[in-house]
Amino acid sequence: MEEWLYIQTEVYPALLKGFWVSLELILPSAICGLVIGILVGVLRVYGSRPVMAAANAYVALFRGIPLVVQLFIWYFGLPYIGIYLSPFTAAVLGFALCSGAYHSEYIRGALLSIKRGQMLAAQSLGFHKVQMIFSIILPQAIRLALPGCGNEIIYLIKYSSLAYMITCIELTGQGKILASNSFKYTEVFLMIGACYLVMTSVAALILGRLEDRLRLPGFEHHRI
Amino acid sequence: MMPAPILRIENISKRYGKKDVLQGASLEVNKGDLKILIGPSGAGKSTLLQCINFLVKPDEGRIWLDEQEVHYAHKRDLYAYRQKVGMIFQDFNLFDHLNALENVRIGMVKVKGMGKAEAGERAVMELERVGLGDHMQQYPAQLSGGQKQRVSIARALAMDPKVLLLDEPTSALDPELIGEVHAVIRDLGNNGMTMIMATHQIGFARSLASEIIFMEDGRILERGTPDKIFNHAENARTRGFCSKITELYGER
Repeated sequence: MEEWLYIQTEVYPALLKGFWVSLELILPSAICGLVIGILVGVLRVYGSRPVMAAANAYVALFRGIPLVVQLFIWYFGLPYIGIYLSPFTAAVLGFALCSGAYHSEYIRGALLSIKRGQMLAAQSLGFHKVQMIFSIILPQAIRLALPGCGNEIIYLIKYSSLAYMITCIELTGQGKILASNSFKYTEVFLMIGACYLVMTSVAALILGRLEDRLRLPGFEHHRI
Repeated sequence: MMPAPILRIENISKRYGKKDVLQGASLEVNKGDLKILIGPSGAGKSTLLQCINFLVKPDEGRIWLDEQEVHYAHKRDLYAYRQKVGMIFQDFNLFDHLNALENVRIGMVKVKGMGKAEAGERAVMELERVGLGDHMQQYPAQLSGGQKQRVSIARALAMDPKVLLLDEPTSALDPELIGEVHAVIRDLGNNGMTMIMATHQIGFARSLASEIIFMEDGRILERGTPDKIFNHAENARTRGFCSKITELYGER
């Protein structure tokens, strides 16, 4: 009975608060990350040589440095050059840039798999490069990249839990506070795990729906 | 006086590494002509067609459309020129993510800046012209090869090209589907469309071509009326190729 009261009066409100903060972190990070990933992916395939090199360097950097370190740099490092970010802004910035680097790799792979004939046909109609990329190549490539990009979004939902390291108290941060006050680590973190599982499951469901909606007639998956 | 040619190609050359794929091909096309390129594979027919609308950049040579030289290094000139020179590919190259109607419409909307409704009406008209009025909502993967090629012809026609380049338009088709595409091309020819077409369909070439051009090893070896090329060719290679291909693809 005492347990139940504890959950009702302390755990539930704290986790709910944390849950909303998590969502507020995840949604803009996922959207910005995807946009960055698409643009960087395009530049890595179709950019001029220096642009391509710069885009590749961005990916090498943000994919190669642990995310926690990146968050520390945004939050604790930038003040050295006079830029002060709130914990929330620093976290979203860190997540979006990291996520974008991963997305760009899925987009790049998909762009490279579009047959050359699609480009020849567009060029022969008088399309210029940017028109061709955005109205012919990308709509096809995004469909191919979607499973990979979905994977990255699900991953983002989980690594959003790193935000509490730079004092942005989201779901995991709230849990940490609760658990260290009550020493009920197992109970609290089981509940937190369940919350993430719900978020990732809902995301997977939405992504699956999206894949179905974007599926082109004639390209259905056939069971063999 | 002869009217000026609508398209003039002078001395086009293309080299890939050490291999000369095209060695100084020249061509004059008058309005309403149907020039047919024949020759063994590797002769440079495809490369010549792709050089004509600069999908492959020639190493040398000049091209004039309506007596205006095409400065293809100028992007704006190049894009404007390509709108006037349609291209039909052997493997159709329809946009896989768009249905037939959208395939025909997208060039008008994106390149010409037409409104969607207006472009849509024109697309319907072009698709009906090639006999696909009932298939407008279908995606490329749902169409037969012959239907796909007819959509691609409609897509090119919607841009109001002055010249149409056809790169073996029926080579990827089953024999019974070739006829429907040939019928469309024949119809275009009768309506005065200027075309340059590479093909192995000798019967079709013979009945419709205004001139046959025989190519080998990147050179134009001989050109003339169908009667001259098929019956009185001067070059021994032309005679050899024509007799072989006639044997293969029949008289008709």
